[in-house]
Amino acid sequence: MPFGQLLIDGLAMGACYGLFGLAVVIIYKTSEVLNFAAGEMAMFSTFVAFHVLVIYGCPFWLAFIVALVFAAILGVAIEYFFLRPAKNPTLIGLIVITIGAQMLLMGLASWKWGAEQKQFSIPVSYKVTYEPIPGFIISEWAAAVFIVAAVIMTFLYFFFQHTKLGTAMRATQQNKHAAKIMGIKTDRVFAFAWAFSSVIGVTAAMLLSAKTILDPGFMMEPFLRAFAAAVLGGLMSIPGVLIGGFIMGLIENFFGYVWPAWKPITAFVVIVLVLCVRPSGLFAKHYVKKV
Amino acid sequence: MDMKRAYYEDIELFKSGTILFWTIVFLIVLFTFPLYLSDYSLYLLNLIMVYIIVSVGLNILVGSTGQISLGHAGFFAIGAYATVLIMTKLQIPFFVAIIAAAFIAAFFGFILGLPALRLEGPYLTIATLAFGLAIMHIIGHTPFFGGRAGLSAPTLDIGIPQIGLSWILETVMSKYYLVLAFTIIMVLFAINILKTRAGRAFVAIRDSDIAAEVIGINLTMYKTLSFALSAFYAGIAGGLFAFVLGFFDPFTFNLILSIIFIVMIVVGGLGSVMGSITGAALITYLMYDLFKNVGEVPFVGSLLIKVSEQWMTITGMDNFNYIALGLVMIGIMLFEPLGIFGAWIRIKKYWKTWPF
Repeated sequence: MPFGQLLIDGLAMGACYGLFGLAVVIIYKTSEVLNFAAGEMAMFSTFVAFHVLVIYGCPFWLAFIVALVFAAILGVAIEYFFLRPAKNPTLIGLIVITIGAQMLLMGLASWKWGAEQKQFSIPVSYKVTYEPIPGFIISEWAAAVFIVAAVIMTFLYFFFQHTKLGTAMRATQQNKHAAKIMGIKTDRVFAFAWAFSSVIGVTAAMLLSAKTILDPGFMMEPFLRAFAAAVLGGLMSIPGVLIGGFIMGLIENFFGYVWPAWKPITAFVVIVLVLCVRPSGLFAKHYVKKV
Repeated sequence: MDMKRAYYEDIELFKSGTILFWTIVFLIVLFTFPLYLSDYSLYLLNLIMVYIIVSVGLNILVGSTGQISLGHAGFFAIGAYATVLIMTKLQIPFFVAIIAAAFIAAFFGFILGLPALRLEGPYLTIATLAFGLAIMHIIGHTPFFGGRAGLSAPTLDIGIPQIGLSWILETVMSKYYLVLAFTIIMVLFAINILKTRAGRAFVAIRDSDIAAEVIGINLTMYKTLSFALSAFYAGIAGGLFAFVLGFFDPFTFNLILSIIFIVMIVVGGLGSVMGSITGAALITYLMYDLFKNVGEVPFVGSLLIKVSEQWMTITGMDNFNYIALGLVMIGIMLFEPLGIFGAWIRIKKYWKTWPF
C-alpha cells in the first residue's frame, strides 16, 4: 500500500479517535469523571439512528437529528440518575458507576437489536475516492471526517474560550466549590457537559460505523483507542486530544501495515512508553498536588 | 472500624471467641458441601473460590494501597498459561508449577509496578488496561501458547508422577477440596500480611503517598511489592482456574474480566478481605448462575420472555445478564459506596448501640 494512502487513512482514523476522545475529555475536564460508558452511549444513539433510518424508513437527515437529540437526552439522563446521587464518590467509585452504565446500555442494545451485525450507511462512502495529488487518495468518508472534526474543534475552541457556559465549565473544573459561590449552577454545567460529550460521541460513532459495521460491541475498541488518545493528549487539553488521536491513528496504520498481527496493541505500547516519560500526557499542564 | 486499644488487638486473627467459633463452624460446613451438593454447584463453588483468590489479591492493590489496575486478567492469564505449560512442557509437578507460575505473574506485576510509580488516576488506569490487552494479544498470536485455539489443561496430578507418586484428581469434588485448601491459605495469608509492616505501609501509601514517604516508607519498594503481591494472587488463582475450567483460550481473559474483578471488590468493599470474599461470591453467583439462566427463574423469567417477545428480540435475552449486573454496580455505588462490608459495619454499629 502506498505511503500516501496509509498517511491519509491514518489521519482520518486518528481524527475519528480524536473526535471521540473529545467526548471523554469534555466530561473529564468539567467533572473529573472518567466516562467508560462513552463508547456504549454513542453506540446506543447510533442504533437509534439506525432504527429510525431502516425500520421507520425516514431520510438520513431526520435520523441524524433524532440521534443527536436522543444522545443529548441520554447524556443528561445518565448524569442525572447515576452520577448526581452519588455521595462523595472516589475515582474508582465513579469508574464503577460509568462501567455499570456501559454494561446496562450494552445489554439493552443487544437485547433490543440482537447481536448480529447490521449495515448502517451514511451519505458519504469510503468507496468513492478522489486523488487531488498523485499518490494521495482521499475518500469521501475521510474528507467528511476531516471536515466534521475541524468544525467541532473550532466550535469547541470558541465555546470554551469565549462563551459564558464554556467559561463556567472551566471554572467548575478548577474548583467546584468556588464556582458554586460565584453563582454557577454546577449541576447544570455537568448536565451540559454530558449532553455535549454524548452528542460529539454519536457523531464520531456514526462516522466510524459507516467505515466498519454496526453491532452492540462495535464501539468497544474505538473507545479504548480514543481513551488512550485522550490520555496521550493529557485529558485536559482540547487540541491535545486531537493530536493524540492523530498519533494513535498514524502509529496504528503504519505499524499495522508492517506487522498486521500486532495492530491492536502497538498503539497501547506506545502510550505506555510515552506515559513513562511524561506521566500526565503530552499536553497537560502539570498541577502539583497539595498534601 | 472498632477502636483498638493495644497492639495485640490489632494483630490478632480472631477478635473474640464467638468469631472463632463461627469461623470454625463455617469451615466445617464448607468441608461437608460435597456430601450433598450437585457437581454443578461444586463447579460453581470452585469458580467462586478462584475469583475469591483474585479479588483478595486485587483488594490488596486497589483497596489497601490505593493503586488501580484494569489489567488483572493479564496476570490471571499468565498464571493459567504458565501453570499448564510448565506442567506439560517441562514435566514438573503441579505444586511446583503453580508456585512458579505465580512467581512469574508476580515478576510481571513488579514490571507493571515500575511505571505505576510515576502514574496515577486515569493514567495508571490506561497503562494497566494496556498491559491486560497486550498480554491477551501476545498469547493469542504466539503458537507456543496455543494461539487463538486455546489450551486444554492436563490431568490434574497433585503427586509427583516423575518418581511414581501419582495422585490424580479427576472429580469435581476432589478439585473442590484442592481449591478450598488454596483459598483458605491465601485468605489467611492476606489477612496476616495486612497486619505486618508491609500491610501498614500499603495503607499509609493509600492515605497519602507524600506523607508516607516523609515518614520513611520506601515508595518504590512498597508500591512494586503491592503490585507483585497482587499479581502473585492472580497467578495462583489463574493456575487453579485452568484446572477448574479444563479448557481456556486467550479471549477468556479479556478486558471485561478485569472489569469484573474490580466490580467484585468494589461491591464487596474496598480494603477489606471479608468484603472481597463476599463480593466475589455474590458477583460470580449472579453472573454465572442466576442472571445467566434468568429465563428459568419462576415468574420473573416468564415475564422477561414476554417482554422480549413484545418489544425486544428473544435471542438477545441472554444479555439480561449485563443489564442486571450494571444495575447492581450502579445501585451499590449510589446507595452503599463502601460495599457489602460497609453495610455490614453499619448494621453492626446500629445493633450495638441500639436503642440510641
